[in-house]
Amino acid sequence: MESTIVKAVNYNSYFGANHVVKDVNIEIPKNAAIAVMGPSGCGKTTFLRGINRMHELIPGATAKGQILLNGTDVMEMHPIFVRLKIGMVFQRPNPFPNLSIYDNVIAGYKLNGISLPKSERDRIVEHSLSRVALWGEVKDSLTKKGTFLSGGQQQRLCIARAVAMEPEVLLFDEPTSALDPISTSKVEELFHELKKNYTLIIVTHNMQQAARVSDKTAFFYMGELVEFDDTKNMFTNPKDTRTQNYITGRFS
Amino acid sequence: MTHMEIELQAIKTEVMNMWVLVESQLQKSKNAIMHFDKDLAREVVLREKRVNAFELKIDRDCEDFFAIYQPVAIDLRFLLAVMKINNNLERIGDIADGIAKYVIESLSDFDRNVFAKTGMIAMYEEAIHILTDTRTAFEKEDTALARSIFKRDEVLDGYNLAAIQNVGDCIKKDIEVLNDALYVLSIIRKLERVGDQTKNIAEEIIFYVEAKVLKHLDPKAKQNG
Repeated sequence: MESTIVKAVNYNSYFGANHVVKDVNIEIPKNAAIAVMGPSGCGKTTFLRGINRMHELIPGATAKGQILLNGTDVMEMHPIFVRLKIGMVFQRPNPFPNLSIYDNVIAGYKLNGISLPKSERDRIVEHSLSRVALWGEVKDSLTKKGTFLSGGQQQRLCIARAVAMEPEVLLFDEPTSALDPISTSKVEELFHELKKNYTLIIVTHNMQQAARVSDKTAFFYMGELVEFDDTKNMFTNPKDTRTQNYITGRFS
Repeated sequence: MTHMEIELQAIKTEVMNMWVLVESQLQKSKNAIMHFDKDLAREVVLREKRVNAFELKIDRDCEDFFAIYQPVAIDLRFLLAVMKINNNLERIGDIADGIAKYVIESLSDFDRNVFAKTGMIAMYEEAIHILTDTRTAFEKEDTALARSIFKRDEVLDGYNLAAIQNVGDCIKKDIEVLNDALYVLSIIRKLERVGDQTKNIAEEIIFYVEAKVLKHLDPKAKQNG
């Protein structure tokens, strides 16, 4: 039986008085790719940012209910530890502009004051870049700045940076919306590989992408989790009329 | 291979597996008739459920693929072709099942002279060969081989056209063979349908590989189209 890694229990998020995520209950299985889709403003990104406690960084933002990581409430864990276990990749590739490709990959260790022998750093850099299918492309230019790379390569570098910390969960917030179709396809192929070792939660506006890359899909609408099911079921036989209207483009 | 290519390959493999099963069903129904082997005939009838299960699974996989990948160009044509090939193969499976049922319901062995006079066994063998060659054409995307099927289907049509005369001759010669002759006539009609189904499949292979629609063209235009 598939085991749950992230569980939301009656989870609610607010920006001041604005109730953005409403009573979400969801169990996310381990080593799966989960797509979170829905129209703009439906609360999908806010929900995502609640999982690794980034929501609370915004002034006036509050949350109720629980997000459990392996059964433990993330609010009872140190935020740094939560973010070590739950990595995040954002919409725009954001490698550290002043760091080399090599240093970008191990930035998480440096920033957290974790000192490692050179051989171990080398191993992590090669392993992480290989995981994101970037090693072959950059192994001879590791000392160059990360910003020297193309947009798609930069995004894969950011994924390598997240992977380097050996997280259990990777959150992606619209990870390909700033990329061209070829780079998008490379990142999407990567998801199929990454889910063998990590649990992926991918927020996307792009319904076709949700269908292509995920095992399960969650549909959010006006802050509610309307439906959560196997992606194949969701796209062939959605249970809720709102999901059907959304995926068939009939939303007014 | 991309994930999408892997999924497409999996569908192709599934169709090939179904094809092999249907060929085997046809071969076994032929053997059951030739040797009046009721056990073998029962096996064919039992295994027909597996053919049906293949059909449902392939339909479902194609439906999922359409919903998930929104295929275009050759991928779209491949899936459209697979859905029709799937349907044709299932019908050939039904034909094998129907013939096997004749063996089960017949009270006595068939008269071999009727087989010989009508060329039914030779027709059976040609139908199976055509089906196998069509599978090769699908597997290798060989449209020249697919085109050759149209001509070979005419051979099966020839047996069918001659059947009334041949069966009539058998009956006139010996009224005792009436029942057997009617069974043989029915089998020949069914084998002619196998030819039609494989011809449809060949058209789908050409549609998928070359994007050419050969349906409803006259036989000569089909060969050259």
